[in-house]
This record gives sequence, structure tokens and C-alpha cells, in this order.
Amino acid sequence: MLKSVLALLRRDLRLAIRHGGESLMPLLFLFAVLILVPLGVGPGPNLLSAIAPGMVWVAALLASLLALEGLFRPDLEDGTLEQWWTAPAPVGLLVATRLFSHWLITGLPVILFAPLAAQMLYLPDHALPVLLLTLLIGTPILSLIGGLASALTLGTKRGSVLLSILIFPLVVPVLIFATGAVSAVADGLSPRAHLGLLTSLLILALALAPLATTAALKLNVE
Amino acid sequence: MIWQKIKVGFHKLGSPPIFYRLCQVLSPWLWAGFAVSLVIGLYYALYVVPPDYQQSDSFRILYIHVPSAWQAMAGYLVMSILAVIALVWRIRTTEIMAMAAAPIGAAFTVICLATGSIWGRPMWGTFWAWDARLTSMLVLLFIYLGIMGLYAAFEDKRKGARVACILILVGLVNIPIIHFSVEWWTTLHQGRGISFVGESTMDASMKPPLIWMIVATKLLFTAALLDRSRNELIDQDRRKGWIRRKLGASV
Repeated sequence: MLKSVLALLRRDLRLAIRHGGESLMPLLFLFAVLILVPLGVGPGPNLLSAIAPGMVWVAALLASLLALEGLFRPDLEDGTLEQWWTAPAPVGLLVATRLFSHWLITGLPVILFAPLAAQMLYLPDHALPVLLLTLLIGTPILSLIGGLASALTLGTKRGSVLLSILIFPLVVPVLIFATGAVSAVADGLSPRAHLGLLTSLLILALALAPLATTAALKLNVE
Repeated sequence: MIWQKIKVGFHKLGSPPIFYRLCQVLSPWLWAGFAVSLVIGLYYALYVVPPDYQQSDSFRILYIHVPSAWQAMAGYLVMSILAVIALVWRIRTTEIMAMAAAPIGAAFTVICLATGSIWGRPMWGTFWAWDARLTSMLVLLFIYLGIMGLYAAFEDKRKGARVACILILVGLVNIPIIHFSVEWWTTLHQGRGISFVGESTMDASMKPPLIWMIVATKLLFTAALLDRSRNELIDQDRRKGWIRRKLGASV
């Protein structure tokens, strides 16, 4: 069981490294959005630092959408996905593994480069640790919800537009609590309530999303 | 004995011809009931109830706004129950009903949002505010639209219905979360003014038309649900023998 999970993880990461540039696209997209913001709303430091938590989060959300199209579709087309049902590990675990590697490829780079993004938008220094913490808790939720949506749209021809419509209502709470936590710290308040709620969202998503994703994949593979 | 009969009766509803017949029989009665309760409700709402001491006549839009808001949410609940039945027992007629419920629920959500912003303009001075209830209704609308879009994107209607049923249940888990997350965010919308158990902050004279209008929206939802399901059944089974016989051999 562990062997097939590790094999899948190794394969996914190796593919991501060999594709190189393609795997970096979400990160580049994140910075493209963040560079457009000061140009669009004006470079005033007061305005930018006020909207910084929200902008970093919206950019992270948009960046996470980019890699979703390739999450299950190539595997469906070449038949690898059907093999999951014959693997010695439960499919839910393989789905969770795939989502974990998706997070390593798209979520982790965003967290690593978030300090730079925060500097670009003049986020107050004392709010940075909390921003990183919300990204650490929140980006896995984005991967889980994104994986669910891409599994649901797998059987359709043009999935990508539909994908963003499905994801938008589901990620509203993540966005509210994450930016709420960062704004609270920037205003000198405690972010603990927001962080606690965000963590409970992560636990809920971890428990339920792989199940629903597996059910949706099964319907689309049949 | 009776239990057995009820059980058999429910099982029979899984058969498209029997379900079709039931829709055909019930639908005129539901529409008639809707028309009667709508006329009574609107008459009381527009002529009998005295004007509000603060909002004068403009509060009367409440009699459309509140029942459609309730129905938008109750419709989601009905749709979720149908989705569970469809996913667990794989009954085709409930799949069709769940998919027929989504556009009706979306329509009630749009009515609620539209009347709310018409009401909000004179009372709050703005058509839209990023308030808890408004935002959660907007998100509910997008969940409805997502369900409709997902179902429409599939060529195989049964597969599409089952996948969309999963999304319905995901949305069901998410709706209370969205509701509370935006609740703690900012708030302008007033609290609940009416309750059926205990004290109501609403004046007693305002209540009867509201109850009539709530009955009317429930009947409208059910009537539209049955009609839409029947139309969908005709559309999907149009090449099958039983539907040709129902509609006459000319089809």
C-alpha cells in the first residue's frame, strides 16, 4: 500500500521537475497579477498595504486554478486513472497523494515566495508571519477543493471555464478567514479566532474532499 | 400491511411512466392552489395590511422577498434530499427531479436578490452591500448556477446528473460554512423578524399574508418541479415507446 503511494508521489514529482517551466507557470502568474495591482490601483503605499493580504490571497487562488486542468485529465486520457482501481492501495489514498503532490508543486512555491510578494505590496512586517501561516493552512484547502472541482468536470469537454465557476463559491470562507486573520494582525488585533476557523476548514476538507473526489472520479471513469 | 403498500407505492414512482402519470395528475391542482394562495396573499399584502410606521408602503415588497428567500434555501434542501436518494439508490426519476429543481431554486434566489436590492435602495440608500446575507445569497446563486452548468456540460445526461448530485451535496456542506463565515464578516441586513414558535418582532397584522405567500411559493416550487421533471422525461425518452404512446403516435 505504502509502496504504491510512494510510487505515485515519485512519478508526479519527477514529471513536474522534467516539465520545468510548465510547473513554474502558476508562480509566474502570481507575480504577474501582483505586478498588475499597483499599476491598476495606483502605487500609493497606504492603499497597497491595506489591500495587500487580500491581493496576495486572490493571486494565490488564481494561480492555484492554473494547474488544475492537468490534475487528472492526462491520466484519464492515457488510461492511468483506471489503473488506480486495480492498485493495492485504496483509491481515496491515491487521490490524497495526487492532491498532496499538486500542493507541493503549486502551493509550496507560493508560500516560499510570499515574503517577496508581501514586500511588493508594502504589507506591514509584523503581519508577514501570519500571512505565511494562513497560506500554509489555506493553500492545501485550495488544492483539495480544486481537486474536487477538476474531478467533477473531468467528463466534460470544456472543463476549464466551468472549473472556476465551481471553485469560486466553495473557497469564499477560506478567503474570508485568511484575509481576516492577516488584517486583524495588521490592525493590532489577535488573529487566533480566524486561524482556528481556517484550521477547522482544513480538517473538514481533508476529511471529506478526498471521498467526494473519489466518488466523482469513479463516475467519470466508468 | 399499510407500510408495505406505502413502500410499494414509492418504488412504483421510480418507474418513469408511473411518475409521469403522477406529475400529470398533480400539476393542475398545484398550479390552482398556487394561483388561489397568491391572489389571497397579494390582496391582503397590498390592500388590507396597514402601512408600516417607518417604511410606509415600501415594506410590502417583503411579501415577495421573504418567501422567495425561504424557498431558495428550502429548494436547496429538497434538491439535496433528492440527490442523496439519486446517489444511493440510483433512481432515475429522482436524478431528473434533482436536476429540475436547480433552475427553480436559482430563479427564487434571483427574485430574492432583485427584490432585496429594490427594497435596499430607498431604505439603506444602496442597491448592494457586502453584507452577510446578501453575500451568502449571491454565493448560493453561484452554487445553483454551477450545478446547472455542470449538468449541461455532460453529453450523457445520467452521468451528468450523478456528478452534479455530488456537487449538490458538497454545496450542502458548504452553505452553512459560507453563511457563518460571512455572518462574522460584516452585517447590515436585519435579523429574523418572524418566528412561528415564541415571540415575533413583527406585528401580528402583517403575518397572515406572509403565511399565504409562503404557501404560494411552496406550491409554485412543487408545481414547477413536477412540470420540469415531466418535460425532461419527455425530452430524454422521446424515442422510447411509452412516451410515444403517451403523446400519440404522431411524434
